[in-house]
Amino acid sequence: MSKSLSQLVSSKAVAEVELWISKYPAEQKQSAVMAALRIVQDENGGYLNRELMDGVAGFLDMPFIAVYEVASFYSMYEHNPVGKYKICVCNSISCMINGSEKIIDYLEKKFGIGVGEVTKDGRFSIKEVECLGACVGAPMMMIGKEYYEDLTPEKIDIIIDGLK
Amino acid sequence: MSDASTVTIEIDGKTLEVKAGVMLIDIADDANIDIPRFCYHRHLTIAANCRMCLVDVENAPKPLPACATPVMDGMKVHTKSARAIAAQKATMEFLLINHPLDCPICDQGGECELQDVAMAYGGDVSRYTEGKRVVKDKDIGPLISTDLTRCIHCTRCIRFGEEIAGLRELGATGRGENMQIGTYIEHAVSSELSGNVIDLCPVGALTAKPSRYSARAWELNQYPSIAAHDCIGSHLSVHTFRSDTNRIVPIENSEINECWLSDRDRFSYKGLTSRDRLLKPMIKMDGQWRETDWQTALEKTFAAMQDTIRNYGADQIGVLASPNSTLEELYLLKKLTSNIDCFNFDHRLRQLDFSHQDQAPMIPTLGSSITDLESLDSVLLIGSNISKEQPMLGIRLRKAQKKGAKICQINHRVYDLRMPCEVGIAAHYRNLVLELAAVAKALNIDSSLLPHAANTLFVQAQILEKHSQIAEILKNGEKSHVILGNQAISSPYYSLVEIFARAIATSCNCLFGYLTDGANATGAWLTGAIPHRDYNGASQKTAGLNAQSMLEQPRNLYLLHNIEIDYDCADPVTALSAVASSDFVVCMTPYVSSDMQNYADILLPISPYLETSGTFINIEGRVQTFAGASKLKNSEARPAWKIIRVLGNYFDIDGFEFNSSKEILEEIERTIGEFKGDNTATITEATALADKEDVIYRCSEVNMYHSDSIVRRSEPLQNTPEAKEDRIHINADLAKKLNLERATQVLVKHGNKTIAMHLAIDDTVANDCAWTSFATATSKKLGPMYGVIELEAD
Ligand code: SF4
Ligand code: FES
Ligand code: FES
Repeated sequence: MSKSLSQLVSSKAVAEVELWISKYPAEQKQSAVMAALRIVQDENGGYLNRELMDGVAGFLDMPFIAVYEVASFYSMYEHNPVGKYKICVCNSISCMINGSEKIIDYLEKKFGIGVGEVTKDGRFSIKEVECLGACVGAPMMMIGKEYYEDLTPEKIDIIIDGLK
Repeated sequence: MSDASTVTIEIDGKTLEVKAGVMLIDIADDANIDIPRFCYHRHLTIAANCRMCLVDVENAPKPLPACATPVMDGMKVHTKSARAIAAQKATMEFLLINHPLDCPICDQGGECELQDVAMAYGGDVSRYTEGKRVVKDKDIGPLISTDLTRCIHCTRCIRFGEEIAGLRELGATGRGENMQIGTYIEHAVSSELSGNVIDLCPVGALTAKPSRYSARAWELNQYPSIAAHDCIGSHLSVHTFRSDTNRIVPIENSEINECWLSDRDRFSYKGLTSRDRLLKPMIKMDGQWRETDWQTALEKTFAAMQDTIRNYGADQIGVLASPNSTLEELYLLKKLTSNIDCFNFDHRLRQLDFSHQDQAPMIPTLGSSITDLESLDSVLLIGSNISKEQPMLGIRLRKAQKKGAKICQINHRVYDLRMPCEVGIAAHYRNLVLELAAVAKALNIDSSLLPHAANTLFVQAQILEKHSQIAEILKNGEKSHVILGNQAISSPYYSLVEIFARAIATSCNCLFGYLTDGANATGAWLTGAIPHRDYNGASQKTAGLNAQSMLEQPRNLYLLHNIEIDYDCADPVTALSAVASSDFVVCMTPYVSSDMQNYADILLPISPYLETSGTFINIEGRVQTFAGASKLKNSEARPAWKIIRVLGNYFDIDGFEFNSSKEILEEIERTIGEFKGDNTATITEATALADKEDVIYRCSEVNMYHSDSIVRRSEPLQNTPEAKEDRIHINADLAKKLNLERATQVLVKHGNKTIAMHLAIDDTVANDCAWTSFATATSKKLGPMYGVIELEAD
């Protein structure tokens, strides 16, 4: 039997999930699945695992597979450990035309890791993402909830140095 | 002219008057106009994701999917215009981009919707030169093979799980190019209906594992037959390769199984070729088994029966027959036994309480048709895990539930019925009676009509919220049904359960019905395969012993028809010791086991289901006749009716000259004639409830993949997780009370037997109840299905 959500995450996280549930009609609890996955992912250091997904499923009365479908569909859900700073570099068309490949190369060299990997100290990981709607500032990346636009290697150094 | 509910449309120049709002594809299907499709299935919701059904609708800017376009007045549709064909061809080309085109090594080849549609709408040369997507196959258990590279993402298999099976196990994870069908976390699917996705999958992505690579569709012969493992009688088609059964698929029948089949009915055939098959008559001489010819075997059988009659009287013969026996077999057995004045004849092998048998209705039936279940407003299931025991009825109730019906259950465990349950009460077999009494009390029934044993319980009953809820639900339903399931019938307090269940049904004006064990219990009652009545419910000069008494009071000679006494009887331990202590045991059986070799003296090989002809009466009272389909090589097995006929001839009984099972059926029809499926009865006889004690009550459910000897020998079914369920389940409270919270293994003492079993802590189980799965290798070592047991840490 899988563990219940309250055994897996803090009561604060459970309360937050409950808040989301309360925003939907009672018989449509499953509408809170995306929020719930985000909340438990944040609490778990940025990635999900089977236990957490099963916990969410149990909490929202959903079949396990229905939660796996959501969690594997959206790219914001991670299934492997990520760095404290998850650097999401856009590699869609506008950014690509404006040199996003070079940005990715630079990041890979700077941290000595490839896309999808985490630095040994666990601080950084790099992820390629699709258009984040900031084409006007291409090439761009997102770290946490911050957008950084018009990137150059120099600018990246300053941004990274600025992170604690 | 069309009124509001009908509209006039035109498809390919054909004018049609049709119901408004219906999807174009349904109209076209009814009018025999061919529209290609993959995702659409008339029993599933509309997904409209494959786009194969695009048609050209005048004045619509783009081609529209026929499966998701409701008809509107004046609509003009072209399914074969240049625009329609171009759209269909383009869709086909896209679908084939990632398809491996590996038809030569695909089991679906020759009966593949993709192949057929590609023939009609595909290009002859692929323009695609890029690499194709490859998907790793998943292991989803012993029944279904996956080749997911072939999947076209129609999602039929997913919708089936959610909408029909009520258990969502398959899903589509990932997205776009990376979307995959599977369980995500690898595990065997556990639905009792899982095999239906094999039929549903329009390509070769999901195929039947047990028949994989064994034959091509066009090499098979098909024979219609009737399923033999539950009281539904699903229609099936037996596909044989040479003379072997190669696979089984459903035959559509809207009144019984629609287009579905349970996994048990689909895969049990694998048991027919088990190494345990008895190929020749065998006889035990000086403790040694020898093969013999039919004549010797039958003569010896006759001589042994005569010896018993001469020396001890016919009453010393006990005849037990499987409820899966055909009507013809049971009829002849009754004719034989009553002519030699032996009335110890019974098919109710998994029953323990017979106290009210004289008042039972002539035949047990569901009390409604199978289709009628769909229109119920409320149901009370008593002692029934309907979704596993009668999966086809589970489907019907799920449909009713989706339309708003309220489902209540009173069971030993609150079963996962694969649908939401309004009220679920868990009670062990003693308390179950009290729970029913409380519901009856909440309904304010006229207790003066209750017999004494029930009345005292009624007086003591405490009405709680849950009882009033059930009472309200049943009362408020326009069409409600109270159903006694297999486990209610097996209860040691069956009579009390039935008294209260009937009282509840009467007071709420509900339908009342039974769900019986095996495929032909209804037919068995009708033909008099019971010790206390003759054919058609007629009285007979004396009553013989029932199945349980026949074993409790060992007979001198047993004639066992199509049963394994240690699996098929409610009390395996008593049964085994009874046959062991008798002088002579004749087994008419398709299989031989080592236990059988110990207790039997003569083994007569009979042709099992699929190899013989006969008739079953299903729980609606529907009479269904079938013919044999396959034959086992090198086997001398004979249809059981022929064996009984020869015995009848030896005894020189009149009217035993039958040349076919059809002739027997004709005689049955003449003797029995029309029968009524009337379930009404007034029950006053009851077994009194024992005093409450602080003990543990064992309750059992027959494991669906151990229900009869064929199923028990079907390897694919035996490899499912369900078949392996062999633990003793108790709830956390009881575990705490017994200090077993951390135990994984326990010693179970039932009567004078003690065995070790794995423990499962399971809060669906009732208080003070230990739930076990029955008819398994473990359960046969314990006492009866129901009883007081002791548990301690191992
Ligand atoms: S596996 Fe078959 S039924 Fe399921 S989505 Fe793929 S093609 Fe459709
Ligand atoms: S393409 Fe990079 S933000 Fe739009
Ligand atoms: S059948 Fe209409 S879109 Fe698939």
